[in-house]
Amino acid sequence: MNGPHDVGGRAGFGDVMPDADEPAFHADWERRVLGLTLCCGALRHWTLDESRHARESLSPALYYSSSYYQIWLTALEALLIHHGEMTREELDDGVVHQAGLATERCLEARRVPSVLATGAPTARTLESKPRYRTGDRVRTIVDHTKGHTRLPGYARDKPGTIVEIHEAHVFPDKNAHGRHAGNQDTRGQSEQPEWLYTVAFECQDLWGKGGETNTSVTLEAWESYLRAE
Amino acid sequence: MVQEHDPHTHDHHDHGHAHDHDNHLEPTAARVRALETLLVAKGLVDPAAVDAIIDTYENKVGPRNGAKVVARAWVDAEFRHWLERDANAAIASIGFSGRQGEHMQVVFNTPEIHNVVVCTLCSCYPWTVLGLPPTWYKSPAYRSRVVVEPRRVLAEFGLFLDAATKVIVRDSTAELRWLVIPERPAGTETLDEAALAELVTRDAMIGTARVESCLSAATDSPVDREEPSA
Repeated sequence: MNGPHDVGGRAGFGDVMPDADEPAFHADWERRVLGLTLCCGALRHWTLDESRHARESLSPALYYSSSYYQIWLTALEALLIHHGEMTREELDDGVVHQAGLATERCLEARRVPSVLATGAPTARTLESKPRYRTGDRVRTIVDHTKGHTRLPGYARDKPGTIVEIHEAHVFPDKNAHGRHAGNQDTRGQSEQPEWLYTVAFECQDLWGKGGETNTSVTLEAWESYLRAE
Repeated sequence: MVQEHDPHTHDHHDHGHAHDHDNHLEPTAARVRALETLLVAKGLVDPAAVDAIIDTYENKVGPRNGAKVVARAWVDAEFRHWLERDANAAIASIGFSGRQGEHMQVVFNTPEIHNVVVCTLCSCYPWTVLGLPPTWYKSPAYRSRVVVEPRRVLAEFGLFLDAATKVIVRDSTAELRWLVIPERPAGTETLDEAALAELVTRDAMIGTARVESCLSAATDSPVDREEPSA
């Protein structure tokens, strides 16, 4: 989707402001938002792709006026409401009106080290062979979508070169919109893995005369993002 | 992006979430506290698990991990080749694996090629080796500009690249996570792996800095680098 998150090449955000002595968190509530987001993800109502989609679905005015963890917080509330774990009324008045659903999947503290150490690998086995080879010239698709995609707007309908073929990976455009709800019967059906490639684009092809010379941008593209050039 | 808090007034939170003065909570802090209270009451969140996650990323996982990978790559040719072939396995052999580092990719900066990492769509970053990303990495300013004008952005970081050096910007659009192995600085031939790791900075592993030699750091003298013509 052409959401507010898709900022590559957009103007007006000002200078980069590096801070060498920056703390990991600027307020205690930021710590809690990180922890709560990971704990709620462990309930398995939604995928990481769906949580990204929730963040990029904020209105542009809200997205740009929110700090990083405020975006996470707003998206987390929306996901909990969407998946029936919370109501707007509960969030507003702070009183529990309905019981939790996925309580059996509550992440216990003793499981945190193993859960973080395991992560959530997205590589999958595919029967089919990759369509492209290293060195192939390709062009990215231009299809507009209102759903989640990891093809940035600046890289649509652009010519590039395959520089590396990876494993097949879960396809976020589908995985962000699947049914999960922790149901063993439906989990995984929306993954629809595809071959993943690293594709290189020359800056002149992306930005014309506005690009710097002797520079390129690479990104990871799933096979259906690409057409043979 | 708007920062609600002055970071300098919030460096005293060293005991978790136990606030005793709700009346003074700022709106976002109150909202987060209300959400956590509801989630705990519903049996969906164990507050000790939240504490454990915070402790992991605030105190245990950070760029010192990546620095060990870099130093090993500098001194051990076999390890460097392993990184090239299978970065995931090579990095896991030092003990770093897991969330937001499930599929590691490593690139080597040289005088000819300079890699710099970004995530234009969100904030993808190799947590296992670098910890949580700094605010500037997550900011729309960096994400929007570095794919268009990387040389200008790097110059603002104090990194001036020769025009003959090819710049490759790595936009992290999938679950692959990129770690830059910076060039080993001159004058470090006598240093062992542990001492070398001390020189490696977070920004050098993102690609927005070089690793400075210990000699120049120790004497606080200007580093010999190409400055742009005034």
